[in-house]
Amino acid sequence: MHIMEGFLPVDHAVGWFVVSAPFVVAGAVKVRKILGERPEARLNLAAAGAFAFVLSALKMPSVTGSCSHPTGTGLGAVVFGPSVMALLGTIILLFQALLLAHGGLTTLGANVFSMAIVGPWVSYAVWRGMRSVGIAIAVAVFFAAALGDLATYATTAVQLALAYPDAQSGFWGAALKFGGIYAVTQVPLSIAEGLLTVVVMNALSGRAGKVDEVAVLAGEVRR
Amino acid sequence: MTINRSWWLIAAATLIIAAPLLLPGIGGEFKGSDDLGTKAIAAARPDYQPWFQPLWKPPSVEIESMLFALQAAIGAGFLGFVIGRRTAGKNVSDR
Repeated sequence: MHIMEGFLPVDHAVGWFVVSAPFVVAGAVKVRKILGERPEARLNLAAAGAFAFVLSALKMPSVTGSCSHPTGTGLGAVVFGPSVMALLGTIILLFQALLLAHGGLTTLGANVFSMAIVGPWVSYAVWRGMRSVGIAIAVAVFFAAALGDLATYATTAVQLALAYPDAQSGFWGAALKFGGIYAVTQVPLSIAEGLLTVVVMNALSGRAGKVDEVAVLAGEVRR
Repeated sequence: MTINRSWWLIAAATLIIAAPLLLPGIGGEFKGSDDLGTKAIAAARPDYQPWFQPLWKPPSVEIESMLFALQAAIGAGFLGFVIGRRTAGKNVSDR
């Protein structure tokens, strides 16, 4: 999902910065609020960031014969709401842009939008939607993480199609082409991410379990 | 029971990741999708010149993979620390 340094036209690069910036600011405000009001959630917030940090470093093979990496943003989005992941995801993307030459500073706005905004919001919407109709926590977490991951890559494909529409088939042709590269590769990986997110959620909630592990992780219910 | 389920989930995730390497008939060089995306842009717009270069690039593939491994290690190490604290807490309360 990383658009490489300098590979978005200037107007697109600036545009995505403008779109993403308010989400990141809102995320920073939310993180401050959580740290201040729910000190018992600090470790879990850091763990959610660490989970995204691990998963976004692991490039895995896929059935398309290419490699890609999961995003790991679903866990934090489900537990703390999507806005905190805008901040945590931006930190991860900055790390990769500066130290790994992976992604970039000029494309940071676009990459933040796909990985740290769209992915977490899709995860959160899926989670809330499935829980509201009474689907089990583990199942809802799985779908939230998997679909958020997939949405991130679909967003990258759309961003590239907007910047580089096909000469003949226009936006949709380009969206299909980039979708083939990014989104199709991502299907098995997002399933794996969904499974791992359920495992880590269980492990993190430790003895809490049962009642509502997610609320406990978010520090909303005192142990 | 959740511990048991976790092992099954980990096994399933491992299978999904390993399958492309093990199944016959899945070819390819397993290049990164990010690089393939960049190549597709170059193919669609041969005259496009990136207008900004990374400030610093890992000087070799070895250094790059070391930094990726470091990223994963930091994240996994911290996760392990938090999970370990929780598990230890459980044992203490069981006693």
